[in-house]
Amino acid sequence: MKANCWQGKRKVSVETVPDPKILNSRDAIVKITSTAICGSDLHLYNGFVPTMQRGDILGHEFMGEVMEVGPGVKNLKPGDRVVVPFPIACGSCFFCERQMTSLCENSNPNAWLAEKAWGHSPSGVFGYSHLLGGFAGGQAEYARVPFADVGPLKIENGFRDEQVLFLSDIFPTGYMAAENCNIQPGDTVAVWGCGPVGLFAIASAFLLGAERVIAIDRFPERLRIAREQCGADTLNYEDADVLASLREITGGRGPDCCIDAAGMESHTPGPLYAYDRAKQALMLESDRPFALREAIMACRNGGTVSVPGVYGGFVDKMPMGSLMNRSITIKTGQTHAHRYMKPLLQRIENGDIDPTFIVTHRMALDQAPEAFDMFLNKQDECVKVVLKPQ
Amino acid sequence: MSSARTLESMEAVENRQRSTAPPGSSASGIARGLGWFSVGLGIAELVAPRAIGRIAGARKKDSLIRSYGVREIVAGVGVLATSHSAGWLWARVAGDAVDLASLGAARAARRNAGKKNMLALGSVAGVTALDVWCASRLSRAGAERSRAHAEGSLMVSRSPEECYRFWRNFENLPRFVNHLKSVQSTGDRSSRWTAYGPGGVEVEWDTEIEEDVPNKQIAWRARDGSHIWHSGVVNFENAPGGRGTIVRVQMDYGNTLKVIGLLATPLGKNPNQLIRKQLRRFKQVLETGESITTEGQPAGRRSGATWLDEIAR
Repeated sequence: MKANCWQGKRKVSVETVPDPKILNSRDAIVKITSTAICGSDLHLYNGFVPTMQRGDILGHEFMGEVMEVGPGVKNLKPGDRVVVPFPIACGSCFFCERQMTSLCENSNPNAWLAEKAWGHSPSGVFGYSHLLGGFAGGQAEYARVPFADVGPLKIENGFRDEQVLFLSDIFPTGYMAAENCNIQPGDTVAVWGCGPVGLFAIASAFLLGAERVIAIDRFPERLRIAREQCGADTLNYEDADVLASLREITGGRGPDCCIDAAGMESHTPGPLYAYDRAKQALMLESDRPFALREAIMACRNGGTVSVPGVYGGFVDKMPMGSLMNRSITIKTGQTHAHRYMKPLLQRIENGDIDPTFIVTHRMALDQAPEAFDMFLNKQDECVKVVLKPQ
Repeated sequence: MSSARTLESMEAVENRQRSTAPPGSSASGIARGLGWFSVGLGIAELVAPRAIGRIAGARKKDSLIRSYGVREIVAGVGVLATSHSAGWLWARVAGDAVDLASLGAARAARRNAGKKNMLALGSVAGVTALDVWCASRLSRAGAERSRAHAEGSLMVSRSPEECYRFWRNFENLPRFVNHLKSVQSTGDRSSRWTAYGPGGVEVEWDTEIEEDVPNKQIAWRARDGSHIWHSGVVNFENAPGGRGTIVRVQMDYGNTLKVIGLLATPLGKNPNQLIRKQLRRFKQVLETGESITTEGQPAGRRSGATWLDEIAR
């Protein structure tokens, strides 16, 4: 089959590789009909996530048709149409029982590596480094899905792929980010980053009853989608002083909730960017937390900072004093996608939201290298690429 | 309450291990004596080679005897500096062999080498016997001292009864202990273990259960006379709040061939990490039915799993 493989920093290539096989009894093989490039794939592409190996198959947002199931899978059969959640979860450990599936204790065969890096290991994830299991991903014609009796969501009502594909990651991720804010009537929510996760966080904040959402980015096309499709007010951080503007908008108090949907490779104008970028290049810090720092400083007293943006290692100059003295809560985590798939499918069925609004590009799997380059450089107003293997 | 019980059981485990402290402390005292003897003889050979030659019945070999003296001093200092290890004593044994050969040669060369030569031969043979005894004793002690000890614990969302039952059937061990090829039950409390040793060589030994407290503890030990020195104990402790079982394991590995710990540490893995990985697989098998793998998955390279996965598992 064809698969998009990581080859090193800023290099991916579509290779012919063996077809996947059933390796564990609870596996399924899925023939992929749609697969997307995630903003977090760009962290891999840029070489910021350690333990990637040449030849790793990328991709953790995919859906398709079940071709084969292992003897332990009773709820799926060949021909079923499924969306696959990006974390791999066993369904029966301490965390799975509490629906915290991205913390599954049994799905990362390389847990030892993650324990070394982070103290404890989260779940395995498709196509996202050997730290998270070294599982082959879904930017391919076929994928092997472990614990297929737990993860995949059956789609039975004739939705187009694009309407349900993002249940695999970014819609639940944006939604969990908003849910973590514990939004109350009258709340103002500020969102740093208007990529796909940021846009879903904005839409979800409104679904959860936010009064007002302020979207922060520097790309006019992304701010336009936030404004026109999601109903947010927008701030271009290259034109405005974000902290002063947020204070101004909220009558001096600050937003009730701040969402960092930018993560470890965030950007800021001015000399601070050069400072952190240089430290990152010299390995003195692994992640650049501009958005996170600003979100903490902006947040109102006693408010919540929610972090769906991906971080890999260590950050400098965390404003702990601001966080501590002003009773701010930080909520974060890889998304417990399994928990949100069904309720959000219901939201789509109800017509509360149409996730297709973020798709800007549809390309063949063969074009993955061009797609990565375009997405990284935000060329052609690229926000979300869906790849078609067939 | 349960933590007090844990401490108690941990203490019991430690006592068991202490009672198997390696032998060899008397041997190291004798080794020191042999070291001083070696140095003394060496000095004598250096300063008075002629007198030594007369005693040995080997005349006109001054420079050879002086070189033996240097050898004795070097070996003696070596033994004294590392009296707990057998290495320099084995060097002494080799030197003894040279001495015996030289004395034998002297005897063959001169029919009338006489009683002195005979006496010297006897003395050297006696010292050689002492050297061999001492060196082999220290070798064994060294082997046991450098055995690999490992311990670890992990919370498993299953009852102590289930965990105990699964572990008690030792034939299940290869499902979560990677370096075990198979375990065959040979009796109610005995089993035959086959492990992958260094270089893919298979090593077999018999194991006996020493303690069996249903749903609480199992302790086992490789039978005396096995190639491998191995013992282990596992405790199953009720986790608070109905969260399952805290499984605590301690294992010791070693063997008499001094490729110590290689079985416990294939590829040089840290034994504690190895135990943790084994416990994780034990948990996976009990909670999900099997342990998850990526071995055999596709990738844009020769194999789906990489050296990094090999280290991590």
